[in-house]
Amino acid sequence: MRLRQGQFSFLPDLTDDDIRTQAQYAIDNGWAVSVEYTDDPHPRNSYWEMWGHPMFDNPDAAAVVYEVNECRKEHGSKYIRVLAFDASAGWESIRMSFIVNRPAEEPGFRVVRQEAEGRKIRYTIESYAVREPEGARYA
Amino acid sequence: MNAETREMTPSSVDLAASYEESGVKDILRELDETLIGLAPVKQRIKETAALLLVDKARREMGLATETPTLHMSFTGNPGTGKTTVALKIADLLHRLGYVRKGHLVTVTRDDLVGQYIGHTAPKTKEVLKKAMGGVLFIDEAYYLYRPENERDYGQEAIEILLQVMENNRDDLVVVLAGYADRMDRFFESNPGFRSRIAHHIEFPDYSDDELESIAEIMLAEQNYVFDEGGKRAMEEYIGQRRAQPHFANARSIRNALDRARLRQANRLFETSDGPLDATALSTITEADIRASRVFRGGLDVDRAQRETCA
Repeated sequence: MRLRQGQFSFLPDLTDDDIRTQAQYAIDNGWAVSVEYTDDPHPRNSYWEMWGHPMFDNPDAAAVVYEVNECRKEHGSKYIRVLAFDASAGWESIRMSFIVNRPAEEPGFRVVRQEAEGRKIRYTIESYAVREPEGARYA
Repeated sequence: MNAETREMTPSSVDLAASYEESGVKDILRELDETLIGLAPVKQRIKETAALLLVDKARREMGLATETPTLHMSFTGNPGTGKTTVALKIADLLHRLGYVRKGHLVTVTRDDLVGQYIGHTAPKTKEVLKKAMGGVLFIDEAYYLYRPENERDYGQEAIEILLQVMENNRDDLVVVLAGYADRMDRFFESNPGFRSRIAHHIEFPDYSDDELESIAEIMLAEQNYVFDEGGKRAMEEYIGQRRAQPHFANARSIRNALDRARLRQANRLFETSDGPLDATALSTITEADIRASRVFRGGLDVDRAQRETCA
């Protein structure tokens, strides 16, 4: 099951050129672009591992593509995303976020049912991937 | 080439038109007007610009595929305009579409080489990323390589530089600068660098006449002028300064002028007893130049040294 998170996730995988164009758009708007990776694809997992610092003062997106490729070398079998953070007053938040790398096999999510008091059922989802310990997921 | 691209490919190009269009002409003219002397440098830049224009035309016609290697090395004595020319080159490459942003990032050894194991690689990469889309200017590049210390981290920075210079040729242009003799030794001990740099440009020293014109331009930029005596004193100053140690061509001139302005301000302050007009405020006179230590044989330390040697 293909993970649908952030922008462009219903499109085919972005090429390096696409990534560059998008990142350049963010840079031109004055947003700080950063690269993050994780092997826990749960939608509520907002804290991914940072790959280096956010790039505050790079005028050109080639640096972003370079870092994405460096990150792929090390974490090619995990999810990698590119973020753009807008520091201007009133926003102070992520403006863009898109996945640029995903594992070869994405096992998807299962529904977990918890029986609560009475006959109540609580539902949650869990990725099949996280049943393996951290680092051992996605082979 | 498939049918579609063949249709889009122009069958002929007008070099003159693309020369006008790209704005290269303006840069070359500006180069001619604002930089005194440096004839061989200007010649090389013109040649490079021509090469890039032709290359661009070839690319439009589908003849060229590879980006030409544009990394350069500037060798010359201090104050011969290496940084200034690097700025112009960045602008030139930007207008020709060889770098996307055309900014210049100036660094020295300190910005590239770390202080402990594992510090150098991230530091160098940070700088390289900052320079992507523009020109990376490494001043006094020979300091990167310190043969006397085999555990020096400079080597690591060099390796990363070489790798990025090769793999990210489309993304940035690296310009190495430094004194001629030391750069030669640097290239000898790092053959990888020499072969990756296509353009070696030498910056000659300025002649006395050229330095004089430079002095006048520098003053004019700040709305000052020499009077007759000041001009003569400056000529003499240049002749004497050249023979003294730490002579740095145009930079020495700039420093001399800064000090002359200081003295002029002092002189006006001490001698004036009425309203001053614009001419008085912007004229550098003979006295402002003559008060320089250069006319007394240079800095006291240098003079003392020479006397003990003699």
